[in-house]
Amino acid sequence: MAHTNNIAERIIESNPMIVQQFRISRKIKETHDTFSIELELPDSMDGFSFNPGQFNMLYVYGVGEVPISISGNPSKNKILTHTIRVVGTVTKAINNLKVGDYLGVRGPYGAGWPVKQAIGKDVVVVTGGIGLAPLRPVISYLLTNREKYGKVALLYGARTPEDILYIKSLEKWRGRFDIETLVTVDRAVGDWRGNVGVVTTLIGKSTFDPLHCIAMVCGPEIMMRFTIMEFIKKEIEEKNIYVSMERNMKCGVGLCGHCQIGSTFVCKDGPVYCFEDIKDLFQRREM
Amino acid sequence: MKDKNSNIAVLELKSFPVLLELLSQKGYDLYGPTIDNDSIVYDQIHTVENLPIGWKDRQDAGSYRLEKSNKETLFGYTVGSHSWKKLLHPANERLWKATADGDRFSIKTPEEDSGKRAFIGVRSCELQAMAIHDKVFTMGPYVDTLYQYRRKNVFIVAVNCTQPGGTCFCASMKTGPKAQSGFDLALTEIIESDRHYFTIEAGSKSGTKILSKLPTREANQAEMEAADKAMEHSAEKMGRTLNTEGIKDLLYNNFDNSHWEQIAERCLTCGNCTMVCPTCFCVNVEDTTDLTGQQAERWSSWDSCFTKDFSYIHGGSIRTSATSRYRQWMMHKLSYWVDQFGTLGCVGCGRCITWCPAKIDITEEAEIIRKK
Repeated sequence: MAHTNNIAERIIESNPMIVQQFRISRKIKETHDTFSIELELPDSMDGFSFNPGQFNMLYVYGVGEVPISISGNPSKNKILTHTIRVVGTVTKAINNLKVGDYLGVRGPYGAGWPVKQAIGKDVVVVTGGIGLAPLRPVISYLLTNREKYGKVALLYGARTPEDILYIKSLEKWRGRFDIETLVTVDRAVGDWRGNVGVVTTLIGKSTFDPLHCIAMVCGPEIMMRFTIMEFIKKEIEEKNIYVSMERNMKCGVGLCGHCQIGSTFVCKDGPVYCFEDIKDLFQRREM
Repeated sequence: MKDKNSNIAVLELKSFPVLLELLSQKGYDLYGPTIDNDSIVYDQIHTVENLPIGWKDRQDAGSYRLEKSNKETLFGYTVGSHSWKKLLHPANERLWKATADGDRFSIKTPEEDSGKRAFIGVRSCELQAMAIHDKVFTMGPYVDTLYQYRRKNVFIVAVNCTQPGGTCFCASMKTGPKAQSGFDLALTEIIESDRHYFTIEAGSKSGTKILSKLPTREANQAEMEAADKAMEHSAEKMGRTLNTEGIKDLLYNNFDNSHWEQIAERCLTCGNCTMVCPTCFCVNVEDTTDLTGQQAERWSSWDSCFTKDFSYIHGGSIRTSATSRYRQWMMHKLSYWVDQFGTLGCVGCGRCITWCPAKIDITEEAEIIRKK
């Protein structure tokens, strides 16, 4: 019997569905429906390393689990940051947690953005809405390793000025000479005097070199589709365009089957894909 | 084995119970075919009497009938709606249990597994389904450790299929009817006018060990020929065929074929095919609590790509139409699976055809798409 127990313990230790508990150390309200949480690592962990673009499964005790991109700075691996939009039961429950409460975490999962392949090239990041969250680690990474890259452009679109995420970071980036930060809103309200229009209108205003760049795109699928059309017009090669896909995920580790698009599992093969590899999926409805 | 030069031995019917006794003595819980609700259901067995002696089944699209046979066969049926999947990848399974502990919670190990199990009467198509699940659950970047544990502790007694059903097409899938690998012991049941016996061979070290303790003798030429003939005859009796030539690309190239819509007009999206399929592996993962909030659990339960919820993402489902859901299922089996796991996801057992209330037949639909 002791023998069986050992096996059971080993099963649980290596079981990918087991979560670890992280203490919430800070909560930041980002917009009317979006917030960030910073998590302290458990004592058993020296650091939480991840590639920009990877995600974790976050578990609220007794409520459920959701996949959420890691939105913090990858060079600061003692704090784990996630940015969450309140859309369902679990995200609402996370929002109800307070500093000092514990959250279950497992990960990091999935393939990240091609920051290594982009070395020596310009990088253009196009995002919409909360799509900025999985790309903020890329911006942090590029700025930390700034000398390795050519021009860096961040083109960001939000629905209204109130929906703009990370406004302080954006202001800071706009004040730097080594990153071109362009922001637009679909609908101007209040005293907005910036760009108005969809994010694709910023592509023409940016100065990156389409022939020597890596493009990273994250946002609603329709926004990504139009952005890619713009890129193709500018002769960016399909192999240099990367997109982040989103599908229903239940396990995060390629075992539950929910996140399949064609032959790919978004959780383990994605969420970041080279456009060249999945362009067929983009043209297929209900795949 | 008594004679190293011979691979095939003979086990007389009267000695068959010894096999079950030996496995029991070795600590295996026995599972095999039983009759429940007028169909063959794999369940725990204790003696030969638990087997469906003298029963056979008649299967066609949307139809399954258990009938008395004129022979006293132990394994005279084909396959029922249940596959061994239910024992290795259970329909509902608790992944863990947690107890509230102040601000935190503590996660507990699952209950002890029943441990060693012997499956009696595994068909060749089902062996192939297990080999496919091994790839899905244990050869990716993450391993389903509960599946892996159960799988390692199974002793498999395969029984070569001499009774292919009306919806079977394993011969065309090259997954049967004769068990080729993945078993510990493989039997062929042979009934002649005056004799009822099994030819038996070992497929593993543990199989060889058990075989050496059984009251067998070396098979003679006539017995080996009888077994071979039974298999040949079986392959010819196969009710259906699926032409797999270039099937992966055929379907990829026919994603927009209008025939998908015609299938969807008949398909009830009930998900029966996914439940009876021995390779369908999709699960839902659900977190629950008791009313006091002191206990939380995580459960895995079979899910089906035929539900709208399956592809639900904030705002709506990806596959809203029945067309897209049937296409997802069939293309997963015959196209996507090949790219994901290097094998077709279909083993030709015919269950999806038999248990479809609308008589949708994957072999026919594939053929229509091929010709359209």
